[in-house]
Amino acid sequence: MNGLGIVRGLWVTFKHFILTYIEDIRTGKRRYYSPEGILARTKGDVQGAFTIQYPEEKYPVPEEFRYIPFLVYEEGENGQKNYRCTSCGICAKVCPPQCIWIVRTNDLNTGKPIPAPAEFYIDVDICMNCGLCAEYCPFDAIKMDHDYEIASYNRFTDHIFNKERLGKPLSYYAQIRPQNFAREEAARKAEMEAKAARKAATA
Amino acid sequence: MAESPVVGTQLNLLDHFPEWLKKDERPGFEGYIVPAEHLLEFAHALRDRFGYDLLSSVTGVDYLPEGKMEVVYHALQTTGGPVLNFKVQVDRQNPVVPSVVSIWPGADFQEREAWDLLGIRFEGHPDLRRILMWEGFAGHPLRKDWKEPYFEEEAKPYKSRWPEGHVQRAEDRHPLHDNVDYPAGFDPDSWSPETADDVLYKTYQSIMEGSDSELHTDRMIVNLGPQHPSTHGVFRMVVVLDGETVVDVKPVFGYLHRNHEKIGERCTWLQIMPFTDRLDYISSMSNNFGYALAVERLMGIKPPERAEYIRVMMAELTRIVSHLISIGFLLNDLGAYFTPSLYALEERELILDIFEAVSGSRMMCNYFRFGGVARDLPEGVLDKVKELVFERLPRKIDEFDRYLTRNEIVRVRTEGVGVLTAEQAIALSATGPILRASGVPYDIRRADPYSIYDRFDFDVVVRYHGDVYDRYLVRLEEIRQSIRILQQVVRDIPEGPVQTGKPQWQVRVPAGESYGRVEGPKGELGYYIVSNGKPNPWRYHVRAPSFVNLTSLAQMARGGKVADIVVILGSIDIVLGEVDR
Ligand code: SF4
Ligand code: SF4
Repeated sequence: MNGLGIVRGLWVTFKHFILTYIEDIRTGKRRYYSPEGILARTKGDVQGAFTIQYPEEKYPVPEEFRYIPFLVYEEGENGQKNYRCTSCGICAKVCPPQCIWIVRTNDLNTGKPIPAPAEFYIDVDICMNCGLCAEYCPFDAIKMDHDYEIASYNRFTDHIFNKERLGKPLSYYAQIRPQNFAREEAARKAEMEAKAARKAATA
Repeated sequence: MAESPVVGTQLNLLDHFPEWLKKDERPGFEGYIVPAEHLLEFAHALRDRFGYDLLSSVTGVDYLPEGKMEVVYHALQTTGGPVLNFKVQVDRQNPVVPSVVSIWPGADFQEREAWDLLGIRFEGHPDLRRILMWEGFAGHPLRKDWKEPYFEEEAKPYKSRWPEGHVQRAEDRHPLHDNVDYPAGFDPDSWSPETADDVLYKTYQSIMEGSDSELHTDRMIVNLGPQHPSTHGVFRMVVVLDGETVVDVKPVFGYLHRNHEKIGERCTWLQIMPFTDRLDYISSMSNNFGYALAVERLMGIKPPERAEYIRVMMAELTRIVSHLISIGFLLNDLGAYFTPSLYALEERELILDIFEAVSGSRMMCNYFRFGGVARDLPEGVLDKVKELVFERLPRKIDEFDRYLTRNEIVRVRTEGVGVLTAEQAIALSATGPILRASGVPYDIRRADPYSIYDRFDFDVVVRYHGDVYDRYLVRLEEIRQSIRILQQVVRDIPEGPVQTGKPQWQVRVPAGESYGRVEGPKGELGYYIVSNGKPNPWRYHVRAPSFVNLTSLAQMARGGKVADIVVILGSIDIVLGEVDR
């Protein structure tokens, strides 16, 4: 009990304190507000303070990062949105807090279901960002978004996202999740080819 | 097909109690059925003759169709081996079971929970009050015929979502906003919380008189919280003080209660997975692990090799995260304002980066699936883990050690404070670092190995004083052991698939029961599930380590100073998401 332990402990804090300045001086201006500076502060060998000055700086999210889901559409020739969703309902069934609501389209003449949603809603207040909908959608039609800045002023009017609000183009998906996108496209292509081969064989 | 669970078969208890003990012969069930009138005799024998010294879990199941209530016990030997499961069945109309608190004091809170949520009365329990719901709450919410506010259907998925899913908010669906039932004659406007507190204060009556100090101090009741106790969450301690000395303490919690288990019973098997994240939200990967094990045991599947390694990797990283937080915030509780906890958080952030890259979320990981994990490790993650476990973390843990372990203030404040002896710890069903700091080297990873833990070299950390300081040391050393395991994991991890069979959103779980347990960072995390072959579990129970470990709070705090009680709470390391469920 001679206080040596305390002194030794304080030495650790002191080193931390000094190191912050050394790092700042060593890397200079590049350390803050620059993409490579932010990246350097996420590395495993980072020294000194490595807080990110949100919102001026933003932490780059990894590909698998998930927030609210969005609906993928492919852009048609005249700019129409071809949603990939077939309204099969799997996402609505798998969703743990049951916040997905889908109205299926019925053919006006025959009354038979058409594989496209008439309406598609997600109550984002209830969504728990679990990602199960995206994981189990068999048509790669619903994906998890990276955009986490969706605060709004009125929860009564703004927090039930409809199909319009949920829709994002395929190119956006390819941009935020390039590896998943490439994998899925390859699988699609392979399946198409297999299908064509089967057709050719039976014909 | 994996071998079916073998619980309690190494010892045939039927030979010892041939007149009244029965095997549980329902298909998929295991263990024994004990008649209520012989329960105490059986429990005594288990503890004293057969070495089942620690009662791990007590819970109830409502078999509404059969008109029965069942109390399910899981006991274990602290020398190792699987858990023993036994049950008592009683009439649902009048469910009364003798309390085993006199034999295993650790049953205290768990019996209160079963009373609170299922309405099973435990005769002879010293303090049978509600524990998660408030005194005056009507009904017992885990009963199968109890319906929650905004009740829609017995089980998900709800029919209103598809194909005619015209969106509606829950608030709008019920014109009265909820369908809460009040007891007859209850007027919410005139009710004040005092009525509930009176019940609690009355339990202190016998100790309120009779101060024996020379100063003739009065005994008084002091409420710490609900809020502060160093803000591990909303928590309250009702302390009886004699001067500055703690005479007794009763924790009051449940402020975060959301009936996790009822939510689980409404959900499908898979849908529960993301909800488990929200129990101990510091260690969601570990929560996923226990639940996946429980369900996989019933399904009879096993994950492929690579998935096993990934699971262990995530579980051990989680242990590091949890212990770092625990150590950092223990220092906060000691008054070392935020510097140590922020140093701990720095390292934690780097591990959370890994979780985020792998699972998509830093805290709510939802990463485990039945028979594997959700996805393979993305590129670069393994390198990052390597860098952490070979370079950074060992260095940083040593720095922590230098920083705190020999600090004189830390030592005077923690040595000899909040002592729990080995006998007390076992009797009070403490598990995890608390039990090991009291000199009992019990770690499920060794005592009853699951997943692939039998392949790794690591030491079960144990300390012998049972005080706050030893709990700190156990956690610090366990981080080192976790790093050791991780080094072996990243060295040996094979290539290959990460999921057995095709990913499925609807799994078939055969009828039966299963208890899956893991050595969570805070202690034994167990999941007791009962399936009747339907897409939803019939019963889903979480044996939460923080909740059960709180049973020993009073024992640790009695006789100490009021200033130490927050430190003692910090050393138990609770997370209220798990305590309150
Ligand atoms: S699972 Fe996919 S295709 Fe099916 S309804 Fe949902 S988004 Fe549409
Ligand atoms: S992320 Fe989860 S909670 Fe949100 S909509 Fe998808 S399935 Fe439902």
